[in-house]
Amino acid sequence: MSVLNGVSYGLLLFMLSAGLTLIFSMMGVLNFAHASFYMLGAYFAYQVSSWSNFWVGLLIAPILVALLGGLFERYVLRKTHKFGHVPELLVTFGLSFVILEIVQLIWGRTSVDYPVPPSMSGSLFKVFDSTFQMYRGFMMLVAILMLVCLFLILKKTRIGLVIQAALTHPDTTEALGHNVPRVFAIVFAAGCALAGLAGVIGGNAFITEPGMAQSVGAIIFVVIVVGGMGSLAGALVASLLIGLMQTFAVGLDWSFAGGLARLGMDITAETPGYSLLKLKLSQVAPILPFLLLVVMLVVRPKGIMGTRDD
Amino acid sequence: MTNALKPIHFKPKNGVRIVVWSAFAFILFALPALFTSSFALTLLCLTGIAAVACMSYNMLLGQTGMLSFGHAVYTGLGTFVAIHAMNKIVGGWAIPMWMIPLVGGVAGLAFGAVLGYVTTRKAGTPFSMITLGVGELVFASALMFPEFFGGEAGINSNRTAGKDMWVNFGLSFGPQLQVYYLIALYLFACTIAMYAFTQTPLGRIANAVRDNPERAEFVGYDTRWVRYLVLMVSSFFAGVAGGLTAVNVEAATADLLHGVRSGSYLLFTFLGGVGFFFGPIIGSVLLVFSLVVLSEYTKAWQLYVGIVFLIMVVYAPGGFSALIMLNLRRVKYGEWRKMRWPYAGMFFFGVFALWGMAAIVEMAYQLKVVEGSGAALTVMKVPLNCQSTASWLIALAVLALGSVGFEYWRRKFVAVWDSGEERIAEAIKKAEAAIV
Amino acid sequence: MKRAIQMSAIAVAMGFAFGGVAHAQNVKIAFIEGLSGPFGGVGQNQLKHFQYAAERFSGKNANSGVNVEVVPLDSKGSPQEALALLKKATDDGIRFVSQGNGSNVAGVLIDAINKHNERNPGKEVVFLNYAAIDPDFTNSKCSPWHFRFDAGVDMKIEGLTNYMKDQKDLKSVYVIGQNYSFGQQVSKFTEEMLKKKRPDIKIVGNELHPLGQVKDFAPYVQKIMAANADAVVTGNWGPDLVLLIRAANAAGFKGRFYTFYAGVIGTPTAVGAAGADRVHMVSYWHPNAELSQIESVYTGFKQKFNEEFYTVAAVNAVRFLVAGVEKAKSTEAVPVARAIAGMKMKGASGEDIEMRASDGALQQAMYIAQWTKAGGAVKFDQENTGFGFKTVRYLEPAMSTMQTSCKMPKR
Repeated sequence: MSVLNGVSYGLLLFMLSAGLTLIFSMMGVLNFAHASFYMLGAYFAYQVSSWSNFWVGLLIAPILVALLGGLFERYVLRKTHKFGHVPELLVTFGLSFVILEIVQLIWGRTSVDYPVPPSMSGSLFKVFDSTFQMYRGFMMLVAILMLVCLFLILKKTRIGLVIQAALTHPDTTEALGHNVPRVFAIVFAAGCALAGLAGVIGGNAFITEPGMAQSVGAIIFVVIVVGGMGSLAGALVASLLIGLMQTFAVGLDWSFAGGLARLGMDITAETPGYSLLKLKLSQVAPILPFLLLVVMLVVRPKGIMGTRDD
Repeated sequence: MTNALKPIHFKPKNGVRIVVWSAFAFILFALPALFTSSFALTLLCLTGIAAVACMSYNMLLGQTGMLSFGHAVYTGLGTFVAIHAMNKIVGGWAIPMWMIPLVGGVAGLAFGAVLGYVTTRKAGTPFSMITLGVGELVFASALMFPEFFGGEAGINSNRTAGKDMWVNFGLSFGPQLQVYYLIALYLFACTIAMYAFTQTPLGRIANAVRDNPERAEFVGYDTRWVRYLVLMVSSFFAGVAGGLTAVNVEAATADLLHGVRSGSYLLFTFLGGVGFFFGPIIGSVLLVFSLVVLSEYTKAWQLYVGIVFLIMVVYAPGGFSALIMLNLRRVKYGEWRKMRWPYAGMFFFGVFALWGMAAIVEMAYQLKVVEGSGAALTVMKVPLNCQSTASWLIALAVLALGSVGFEYWRRKFVAVWDSGEERIAEAIKKAEAAIV
Repeated sequence: MKRAIQMSAIAVAMGFAFGGVAHAQNVKIAFIEGLSGPFGGVGQNQLKHFQYAAERFSGKNANSGVNVEVVPLDSKGSPQEALALLKKATDDGIRFVSQGNGSNVAGVLIDAINKHNERNPGKEVVFLNYAAIDPDFTNSKCSPWHFRFDAGVDMKIEGLTNYMKDQKDLKSVYVIGQNYSFGQQVSKFTEEMLKKKRPDIKIVGNELHPLGQVKDFAPYVQKIMAANADAVVTGNWGPDLVLLIRAANAAGFKGRFYTFYAGVIGTPTAVGAAGADRVHMVSYWHPNAELSQIESVYTGFKQKFNEEFYTVAAVNAVRFLVAGVEKAKSTEAVPVARAIAGMKMKGASGEDIEMRASDGALQQAMYIAQWTKAGGAVKFDQENTGFGFKTVRYLEPAMSTMQTSCKMPKR
């Protein structure tokens, strides 16, 4: 059960970080507003599904997000390209502010009611007393489908080849007659669409509110650093690792104090460093990804599957 | 590749320098005479502290090209350690209260040494992401250790505690004015120290690492070591700013460490201008202005700040200080007169465009609260009604008119500007040739 | 409306009883709260509560004509800016300050007001705290200038455990909360008080998780179910509460939830059907309270703003302030503070409420209410969800009274 929960959460993280990694490896741009596109996906899906139903939202919301992403790339981001990577990062940073404000302006500052579709809220199967919701299974299915599609497009199609070529040799690709800026815009839009898709299925599994972007933003950065900058496979491994790690850590009430007590030491509130020793593993579970980041940087700075060591 | 962060060459003579510094000192000294209300004084104090923090941030961003999302970690931890030190004074230790900011500085340095060791392993974009992650880590930990961070309520202290000790020279630090002069003194000292830092070999190499890390590496400098050292120096000054906060606010709470605060350091340092040493000071004025003053006038202040930021990154990546300096250069070469009309035209239509945009934003916000406070509102003294079509049409028309006019004059302006740029470049070339 | 007039009549009668008619005076409250930014929605909503309370219980609706004017100041939730705004308020001659969202801001304000009053005699300021419920504020950090109109964490849990001890079918309880002072206090008090009142109830888990960091509560719910808990006590609020309840619903957890903030704006919408008949809330009032005397305030507020009214503390703060000014015949902070301390009046449920002089904590009644489908006793639903709160237990003020360790300095 924990494995399933961990994997489904990990796969959602992967959907989010896949788009980010794709954009980063292609264009060298770290899209700070990536999580904001995730949020937009959730809100669009909420809006569309309140007019018609969830399935229409699932289809339309990512397309809308991709459109916005493409427009942003074409009319704003491209203009800063000549200034270098720092202004590019800054411009997406500014965008995340503006998106947040506009979302609050349109949909308000509190959460909206974006429910799991009734056909999906039933139980898929039961382990002991606890049920595994059908929707979580659906989440995993979408993520895996997306992974397969992404793989096939990148490896098997012509456009995938052009993208890979533009990634490593933009000038040569341009010389061969391909419109590299347009490829960039498409990639950026596609990356945003993936974030939007994650928003559509993450927004109702969890919660759709203005703080949702900020709360996942930091985690997906951890995923792509730990996985290795620009490596899709690395992002997959890191997402699953983080998903499983967090899920399992919650179940473990280990603490240093408990461990030492078992070794026969007397740990009380007066022991120096008690506040650190008494922390249980389950209490720190949500910040484990950040600890993992620090450990990874000390041990293997290029990440799990990273090739570059800058 | 033209690097947006590269400063424009500007080298005043020594005499000028003395005048500039004395003027700075005089302004700091005289400001309280101009702003007498205690609220204004509070704002001045906040601005002074923000100036130290933004300048320390610019050491990273402007001088070394390190875009950090976690600067509040160092200012915040500086505040916490300083508060604990202040409570030691309450407990009877003979530390002079005016040294508390230095305690914060040393704390900042220490945390910079520990955390910076990890974050500076990477440069560029990965560095940014890692600082974000480490910032989250520190913030989340702060709430987990109430023994040190005081939980949600934070930790309080009392700056008047050591008033009877001879080390404080009879200053109680009770009145806000005394605190202001303490902050002004530290601001002045830190400004000099940070300026001096830019002139040291390390400061110069930092510029090299920013502009071309490969070359710096090739010449034999360990870029990672340079980043690490600069980060430590920067976090020292950030810690000083944190220590000043401790004296000013007499309290430390976990929100000091939050990513939002780091974000606003980044945002306003950039708006002030990272290419100039004094840019962050402008940024800190903007920071306090928008957070405290602008937010009084409009609920949409964050949206305005965000949009201004976006426009600046795209069109004026040098920030406000670069805009000022570029125009000063025009004046110097006698080119400014030619731009009077384009400026006037842009300003005239810009006001309309701005009004139209502000009206639309404000009406949209008003729509959200229309049930409670009615549909009527005024935008810059013009009465509007967010539920009437006429108001919306007027706003849209003014926006359209303003934008078209603005764009027309902007094109003229760009033409005049570019031709002026060519003439200035020629003039500089001639002047250099004359020297040779 | 009729009831409201009765209420203000009662309040005014208090004023008469203590000494004649006060002149029609204007009192300003500086409402320092995060009105923009992430928690701006809650702040704006609370501001409306205060404005509406001032409209209904002061000025022409108070016999003495004492008018309360609410001056909103946006702190963006930051203690530092709250302090700057406190300066602004005192500059402008405002002597009464109100705040509530976040004990961090409240703590800083209490401390700053203590110092301000010490350093600026004659310009004292009084703090009307409507929602910051750290028990320290009425115990170790108590201040003569601070009055709290909400019930402290300790009082709420005293009330909750007094209810829980009578639930015979309750065998095991799981405590989960956010790892910061409030969550830690909930966990500490629940465990202590339950142990005392019902030693047979097993605390099968006591969990703290980082505030606002958990995205997926499924593993926590797994743990709760594995521990065979009949009920969960949680101090969570906002997204953390919604996520927990939704995850529990998805995993098929059947136990009850005892919460504190299920009624806060936005939460009912997000909880929706997922929490039906399982989510309970401890509060000093709810819209369907049978004894409620302020139904007209609730409906009037909803009509005016199309938002839920739930912060009775705002109403009480305004009423006590008006009565205090009437009694003291002054709008200066010190005499009004002395007048408010120890003042008694009728509460929102018609009970006798008292602003205890020894610690500045309002003693009032408490409800345990259940989130359930609207209809019958559940007259009003929340945020048009079709669900509302139903009283499962009314607790007299005495049921949640706590001893205080406060050594109150002279006012």
